[in-house]
Amino acid sequence: MPKVTFIEHNGTEHSVDAEVGKSLMQIALDNLVPGIDADCGGECSCATCHIMVKADWLDKVGSPSDAEDSMLDLNPERETSSRLACQIEVTEIHDGLTVDLPEFQF
Amino acid sequence: MSEATVLQMIDHEAKDVPLEDIDVSQRELWVQDRKWDYFARLRDEAPVHFCKDSEFGPYWSVTRFADIMEVEANWQSFSSDPAITIVDPEEDFPLPMFIAMDPPKHDEQRMTVQGSVAPKNLKVMESTIRGRVQTVLDSLPVGESFNWVDKVSIELTTQMLATLFDFPFEDRSKLTRWSDVATGGPETGIVESEEQRQEELLECLAYFTNLWEERAKQGLSNDLISMLAHGEATQNMSPQEYLGNLILLIVGGNDTTRNSMTGGVLALNQNPGEYAKLRNNPTVIPSMVSEIIRWQTPLAHMRRKATKDYVLGGKTIKAGDKVVMWYISGNRDERAIDKPNEFIIDRDRARQHLSFGFGIHRCMGNRLAEMQIKILWEEIQKRFHMVEVVGEPVLVPSNFVHGFTDLQVVLHSH
Repeated sequence: MPKVTFIEHNGTEHSVDAEVGKSLMQIALDNLVPGIDADCGGECSCATCHIMVKADWLDKVGSPSDAEDSMLDLNPERETSSRLACQIEVTEIHDGLTVDLPEFQF
Repeated sequence: MSEATVLQMIDHEAKDVPLEDIDVSQRELWVQDRKWDYFARLRDEAPVHFCKDSEFGPYWSVTRFADIMEVEANWQSFSSDPAITIVDPEEDFPLPMFIAMDPPKHDEQRMTVQGSVAPKNLKVMESTIRGRVQTVLDSLPVGESFNWVDKVSIELTTQMLATLFDFPFEDRSKLTRWSDVATGGPETGIVESEEQRQEELLECLAYFTNLWEERAKQGLSNDLISMLAHGEATQNMSPQEYLGNLILLIVGGNDTTRNSMTGGVLALNQNPGEYAKLRNNPTVIPSMVSEIIRWQTPLAHMRRKATKDYVLGGKTIKAGDKVVMWYISGNRDERAIDKPNEFIIDRDRARQHLSFGFGIHRCMGNRLAEMQIKILWEEIQKRFHMVEVVGEPVLVPSNFVHGFTDLQVVLHSH
């Protein structure tokens, strides 16, 4: 099973097993990783599962869809590596994926 | 349909009215708080329901949580233009505002101002807010009855709004008045005529135009007027558009949190077991805040216009039709929320409610609202054993602003 790592704003790391086929948001919730609110439950409609993908993983994670892009735009603290965790489905190629959590969800 | 033949929901039980005649928009249902059974029936029997005639013309009601999410997420099929409430705009007095626009203009204007309520800014504001809450609570009479709406909810939200606009503090009661006037037509008793309403809103515009001119001359600062005056997408707005956006920010920052601040007091009084839970464990407050916002649903609905024929819940909504998403109903949908008709301050997934909306129009100030209510309850718990409700609540006569004009309470010290 791939492993993914969430790094909190304060530096605390959470390396967890990631079930293939689940979203990164669900994996964070399943493993009680703090800092992911997921208010809409994974519908790409609230932007409260905001994460930043580490630069060397951007290619493997891919780009946001138009719908995700619109939601990310709501956040004035958006970065170029920003994604919504609910829109990233984990596959075998994501073993080792590392993402940063923002200080606050918007 | 003539006045005489209109079936008045208030005269009947929800179960007795023919499904096709149900009109949940009727004001009396809201004044007398009788809407709940009607919404329960629609959710069960006609979750996507067409009302062929009403005071506001024909409209669809969407009442289940999942269907509302579907509409919210699809701005291409469900436009926010030209209005986001069930009331059609006055043709001779249009009030363009970004909540009632679609991309790309919506995104550009919203982005200009959303930084003011971004979480990083909130951290800076937190101590100011706490100080004000303390001052207001310390000034309240203990042991005698007063109106919580005026003395606490309106006072705190108006102070907050004055800060966000950097509005002259001594004039801040004007903001409350403009907020009320903006959402209340002559039928609510807030103004005597549509002419008076427009006159007062133009006074609002004149006042804010002075502020605009002052801020435009100075460098960009962190208040909303300065952001609008300097923002690329907003600096050339017409006066009506400036007024429209001001009203959006005034109502959005005022009429909403105000009613959650009052609704929480009422809900805790109606559920003494939950009040006891709060006394025993103040760490439940963040979760309680979300539950209060769900329970109150301070804005009962949002409206969209179908841009194309769209099948929702097996019904075909035609291009051009008015679609009303009743958040207040979706927030009581047992298909999405466990025991939705119970107020549970430590419920699981408390944040998953519809009160802030979803999609690109999701409430910009949601984190600020939560923070204000959280601080209010933290400070109440430090001071008072109970905020006891001692009178019948008086509701706002509106199917949009779901709130209170009067809630008499007595404070009891620890």
